[in-house]
Amino acid sequence: MQAKKRYLILLSAGTCLVLLFYFGGVQLPSSGRNRHDRSHNGYRPDQPWPHFSDPLQQFLLWDQPDTEEYNIHISPRQKRDVNTSVYKGKRCRMDSCFDFSACKRNDFKVYVYPQQKGEKISESYQNILSIVEGSRFYTTDPGQACLFILSLDTLDRDSLSPQYVHNLKTKVQNLHLWNNGRNHLIFNLYSGTWPDYTEDLGFDIGQAMLAKASISTEIFRPNFDVSIPLFSKEHPRTGGDRGYLKYNSIPPFRKYMLVFKGKRYLTGIGSDTRNALYHVHNQEDVVLLTTCKHGKDWQKHKDARCEKDNAEYDKYDYREMLHNSTFCLVPRGRRLGSFRFLEALQAACVPVMLSNGWELPFSEIINWNTAAVIGDERLLLQIPSTVRSIHQDKILALRQQTQFLWEAYFSSVEKIVLTTLEIIQDRVLQQESRSTLMWNSHPGGLFALPQYSAHLGDFPFYYATLGIKPYPKFTAVIHAVTPLVSQSQPILKLLVSVAKSQYCAQIIVLWNCDKPLPAKHRWPATSVPVIVIEGENKVMSSRFLPYETIVTDAVLSLDEDTVLSTTEVDFAFTVWQSFPERLVGYPARSHFWDSNKERWGYTSKWTNDYSMVLTGAAIYHRYYHFLYTNFLPASLKGMVDQLANCEDILMNFLVSAVTKLPPIKVTQKKQYKETMMGQVSLAPPHNLSLWIFRQTCMNKFASWFGGMPLVHSQMRLDPVLFKDQVSILRKKYRDIERL
Amino acid sequence: MVRLSMCASGKYSSRGPALIPRMKTKHRIYYITLFSVVLLGLIATGMFQFWPHSIESTADWGLDRRSVHDAPLIRLPVANPIPERGDLSCRMHTCFDVYRCGYNPKNRIKVYIYPLQRFVDEVGVPISSTGLSREYNDLLSAISDSEFYTDDVTRACLFVPSIDVLNQNSLRIRETAQALAMLPRWDKGMNHLLFNMLPGGPPDYNTALDVPRDRALLAGGGFSTWTYRQGYDVSIPVYSPLSADVELPERQPGPRRYFILSSQTAIHREYRAELERLKEENGEALLLLDKCSNLSQGVASARKRCYKGQVFDYPQILQESSFCVVLRGARLGQATLSDVLQAGCVPVILADSYILPFSEVLDWKRASVVIPEEKLPEMYTILKSIPHRQVEEMQRQARWFWDAYFSSMKAIGMTTLQIINDRIYPYAARTYEQWNNPPLVKWSSVNSPLFLPLIPPRSPGFTAVVLTYDRIESLFRVITEISKVPSLAKLLVVWNNQNKSPPEGEKKFKCPECTAIDGLSLDQTHMVERSECINKFASVFGTMPLKVVEHRADPVLYKDDFPEKLKSFPNIGSL
Repeated sequence: MQAKKRYLILLSAGTCLVLLFYFGGVQLPSSGRNRHDRSHNGYRPDQPWPHFSDPLQQFLLWDQPDTEEYNIHISPRQKRDVNTSVYKGKRCRMDSCFDFSACKRNDFKVYVYPQQKGEKISESYQNILSIVEGSRFYTTDPGQACLFILSLDTLDRDSLSPQYVHNLKTKVQNLHLWNNGRNHLIFNLYSGTWPDYTEDLGFDIGQAMLAKASISTEIFRPNFDVSIPLFSKEHPRTGGDRGYLKYNSIPPFRKYMLVFKGKRYLTGIGSDTRNALYHVHNQEDVVLLTTCKHGKDWQKHKDARCEKDNAEYDKYDYREMLHNSTFCLVPRGRRLGSFRFLEALQAACVPVMLSNGWELPFSEIINWNTAAVIGDERLLLQIPSTVRSIHQDKILALRQQTQFLWEAYFSSVEKIVLTTLEIIQDRVLQQESRSTLMWNSHPGGLFALPQYSAHLGDFPFYYATLGIKPYPKFTAVIHAVTPLVSQSQPILKLLVSVAKSQYCAQIIVLWNCDKPLPAKHRWPATSVPVIVIEGENKVMSSRFLPYETIVTDAVLSLDEDTVLSTTEVDFAFTVWQSFPERLVGYPARSHFWDSNKERWGYTSKWTNDYSMVLTGAAIYHRYYHFLYTNFLPASLKGMVDQLANCEDILMNFLVSAVTKLPPIKVTQKKQYKETMMGQVSLAPPHNLSLWIFRQTCMNKFASWFGGMPLVHSQMRLDPVLFKDQVSILRKKYRDIERL
Repeated sequence: MVRLSMCASGKYSSRGPALIPRMKTKHRIYYITLFSVVLLGLIATGMFQFWPHSIESTADWGLDRRSVHDAPLIRLPVANPIPERGDLSCRMHTCFDVYRCGYNPKNRIKVYIYPLQRFVDEVGVPISSTGLSREYNDLLSAISDSEFYTDDVTRACLFVPSIDVLNQNSLRIRETAQALAMLPRWDKGMNHLLFNMLPGGPPDYNTALDVPRDRALLAGGGFSTWTYRQGYDVSIPVYSPLSADVELPERQPGPRRYFILSSQTAIHREYRAELERLKEENGEALLLLDKCSNLSQGVASARKRCYKGQVFDYPQILQESSFCVVLRGARLGQATLSDVLQAGCVPVILADSYILPFSEVLDWKRASVVIPEEKLPEMYTILKSIPHRQVEEMQRQARWFWDAYFSSMKAIGMTTLQIINDRIYPYAARTYEQWNNPPLVKWSSVNSPLFLPLIPPRSPGFTAVVLTYDRIESLFRVITEISKVPSLAKLLVVWNNQNKSPPEGEKKFKCPECTAIDGLSLDQTHMVERSECINKFASVFGTMPLKVVEHRADPVLYKDDFPEKLKSFPNIGSL
C-alpha cells in the first residue's frame, strides 16, 4: 500500500508538471505584465519598439508635392465635374447630387407640391406638410425653391400597411419638377416588410435626400440623408409635452438600474438580441421583460421560455418601470429604431442603445454620447457591468441631456421637421452654420440662428461655457410715437437720465411717429451719442428690429413716456450682467389660466408672482431683436402691428420659450409711466379694450407656440441693502428707495 | 510548490485511486528516477520564472541600439495572397472584432506593434523605397511609450503593422499588400490599423491608400467623403516636417499685417490665376507667395517664399496674416494646413469633399473657414463678413488644435488611438469640451453640473442642516422656527462637539454671546481669521472663484404698501 501511495504522488506530480509547463508556456509571451509591474518600481519599462537611432529618411521629400503638382494637367474644375457625374445613387453626397445654385439666389426656401385630388395622405404626413407650409422656409414658387417636398405620402412604405401608397413609381416620375429627385427631400418612417424588412422604399428616389427613421449606416449617405426618429401617429403636432424630469435628485440612482419591456420575435430578423435578454434579467434592479404574445399565430412558434417570460412580463407595469429606472434598454426590433427610444428620452431614462448599425436620429448634429449609452449587441452580457460602472456625475449629466434633447428636437412633429430642414440649411449655407456646441447645448439649434453671427460670444447663451462676459455697456432704444412739442415732455427727461448712466454706450431714438423728425437741436445735449432712426413703416415690430447701429450686447428698451432714474437704469444693468439670457425689467405682469373661459388671462394686478416684464423698461440681449424679427412668423408680427399692441407680450413669450425661465423683475417700482402714476393699481387697467386685446394676443401666441411658454416667478431682485436699517449713505443705489 | 501540493492533494482525493495501475516493485527504481527528473524539472522551471528578467533586460538594452538594418529580412513569394481591396461598407460593428477589446476597468484599448521586418520580393528588391521613415518610427515609438501599448499579442485589441505606408509614393502596392497579408495576426485585416498620409498616385490621385487591405482600419490623410468610412476610418492630418524644425511662438490673437495669405507653391494654374485676380482687386490685403526661382530644391527652398523678388521666411510669414489659404493640390490633404495652424493663422480651406482631420471630434467651424472651390473668387467678401471677435477666437483655436493634435507624430498617433478608444468605450469617451476647448477656456469656463434650466416644484421640500457646537438655546430657537416652514422635509442637526454629547430632551443653557450676533458687531479677530481663510482658499484654487453681485432676492411684494395678509411671504425683513 505504501508503494501505491508513492506512485500515486508520483503520477500526480507528473500531471502537475505537464500542467505547469502548459501554463508556463502560456505565460512566457506575456512577460509584458512583469515589465509593467517593474515600471511601477521606478524601473523604466524597456522599449519593445526599439526607437531606432539610425538616420532615417523623411516620409515626405521636400519637392515631392511640387513635382507632383506640375505633373497633373487635369483642371480642378474638370475634376469636380467628374466627381459629380460619377457619384450618384448610393454614393450621393451634397457635392454630387445637390444643386447649390438653386439655393444661392434666395436663401433657403422649401417648396411643397400641391396636393392632388384623390390622393390619400396619412395624418402624420399631413402634419409634416402643414408644418413646412407654416414655417419661415416655405415658398409657393418652385422657381424660388432650394428644396422640394412631395405631397405624395412616402411615410409608410411597408407594402402590407393600409397606408401604403401604390404606384408611387409612376406617380413620382410624372411630376414635372421631379428632375430625377434632385434637391428633393423624402420623409419615411417605415420601409420594407415582413420577413426581411429591407430598407427599400419601393420606388426609385433618384438623387433625392432621405429623411428616414431606423436608417442603417449601410444605406445612410453621410451629410446627405438625415436620420429622423420614429414617431407615432399620436406624436403632438406642435409644442409637445415637456420632459418628465421635474428636479434633479442626488445621488441620481433610481429604483431600477436598467429596464426593458417589449415584444420578443420568435423568428426572423431582429430576434437575436431580444431573445438573449433573459440572460441579463435579474428580477431586482435589472428588469428585462419580453412577451411572445403578439401577432396572430404566436402559439405556433412559441418556444420553451415563452410561458415563463409572458408570466414575468405581466407582473410589471411599463410606465412604472420607465419612470423609475436610471437606464432604459433600447434594443432593435424588426427595424433598427423603435418607439422605446423617444419614450426613454422623454422619461429622462438614459437610453442604452442596442441596435448595431442604426444611424442614430440627427446623428449629424447630436453628440449622442452625452445623452445615451451606445452599447454593442455583441456585448449584451457586459451591459449591466457597463452601466454600473458609469459614475454618478455622468448619470446626472446624461439624464439632463436627455431632457434638453427631447425638448429641443423631438417633443413634437414640428421640431423633428424643422430640425431636419435646419440641418439641410446648415449644409447649404456652409459658412453660416451652427457649430456642434450650438446644437448640443441649451437652448439648441432651433433657437440659435447662425445667420445672426458666426461668433458664439455674440449669443446670450454661451458666456459661461466660453468663460467670457457680455460687453459691459448697453444701448438704449427709445420708442417714440408722439411728436416733440414741448421741452418738458417725458422723453427728454428720460433721455437725460439714461444718458447719465455710466453703462450707457449710445441712445437710439426710434421715430415711429407720423410727424417728421424734430430738428437736431431739439434733443438735449448728452455725453453719449444719440442716433435717431426713422421707423420702418412705423409699425410696432420695428422696435425689435436688429439694427446694425446696436453695437452692445445689451439693449435697454424704453417707451417714450417711461420714467426711470439713472440709478434704476444702472441697477437693472448690473442685474442683467448676471442673467444675460433673460429679460430684466421694471414693470411686471402675470398670466393665469381662466378655467371658466378655458383660456389664458392677463393681469396687471399686484400679485405674489409675475411671468412677464414689459419692454417699456427692460434690458435684454440684442440677439432677441434678431430672433423676434427672424424666428417669429409673419402672422404673429402682423397681428402685433395691426393692433399696435402686444409686442411686449410676444417678446416675453419668445424669451421664455428660449430660456424656459421667467423674466426678472428688479426693485419695487411698479408704475413706470407718467400716465399711470397716481392710479390705483388694483383697479383694472385704464383702457378696457386694450386689455381685451392683450388677452386675445396671449391666446393667439400660446397656440402658435404650441403651449404656454411663460413661467411664473416669485422673486424680485433688489439692491443688497434695499430698505435695510442702515444709513442711507452706505447704500449705493439709495435713490431707488426714495421713489 | 504551492501549486504542486494543491494539485496533488486534489488528484489524490478525487480521482487518484481509480487511476493507479497495479505495479510491481521492480519498477520502483524507475519511478523514483522519474520522480527525481520531475523534481529537477520543477526546480528548473521555478528558476526560469525568477531568473530571466536580467537576461531579458540586457537583451533589451541591446535592442535599443539596434539599427533598422538588423531587422529580419523576409522574402515574399510571388504567389503570396493579396488582401481584398477594402470594403467601403465596413463599420465598427461589422468589420471590427470587439471581443478582442473586452471589458476593462480603465476603458482603454490595448495596442500591439509588430516587430520590424524588412520585406523584399523574390529577387531581393524591398517593397518600399524608403523603408521605415523617421516619422513612422516616431509614431510607433510614441505608441510603444503610451498607456495603450501592450507587447502581448494575445491581449491586443488593435494591431499596428510596422510596415510604413505613410507615403504611397514610396510603396510597391502589390508587394506591400502581400506583406500585410503575411502578418501573423492579419486575419483579413481585422483590428489592424494603418497610418497613411499621402494616398494615391498619378494620374488620378485616389483619396485613400491604394494598397489592398481587407478590413483594416485606415488612419488616412486626405480622405474624401466618398472614400471615408464614417465611424470606421480616422481622418488624420498630413504631418508637416517643418513642425519639428521651426518654433513659432504663439502670437496674441488680433489683426495682422495681411488679411489673406497664400503660401502654397504647388497651386494649379487655374487657381493661381483666380488668386491673382483677387490680388488685383484687393491689393495690399492679399499676399500671394510662390516658390523662389533662384533657390535650388531642398530644405533651404522649403523655408523661403517669394513675391516679385521679395523674399520671405516660411513659415514665419504665416504669422503676419489673419487668414491663410489652404487649397487642394493633387491631393486633398495638405501639409500646409499644419503650418498654418501652428502660426495661429485661420485656415481658409478650399478642398471640396475633403474630410477635415479628426473631424469626428474636432469642431472645425470654430477654427477654420471652409469655402467651396468654385467660390474662390468670392473668398475676400466671405472672409470680410466674419466678425473680428470670431476671427480672434479662430486664431486661438487654430493654434490650440496644432498644439494638441498636429504638432508631432506622437500627437497625431495618440489622437487617432483616442478616437478609436472613444468608439469602443463610448460611455467613457472624451467630451466635446475636452477635445475642443483650449486650456484657457477650460480654465475660465463655468459648466454647472446642474445645467438644465429647471424650476423644481415645491413638493420634495428641503432638508435643513443645522450645525451646532454647544449653543443649545439658539439651536432650539432655530429648530422651532424652521419647523414651522411647510416645505421642510427633514431637519438634520450636526453636533460638532467632541467633549459634550448632544442634549436629550429639553435642557436649558445660558448663552450670553448668542444675542450679540449681529452683522456689525463681530469682533475683529473673527474677521481676520476668515480673511485668512479666503486668501488661503483663493491661493489653492489659483484664482478667486467668488463673484460679487449687487442684488439680492426678495419676494415680489417685499416692503410694498399692500395688505400683509395677501402677501405670500409677509414676514421677510421683519426680524
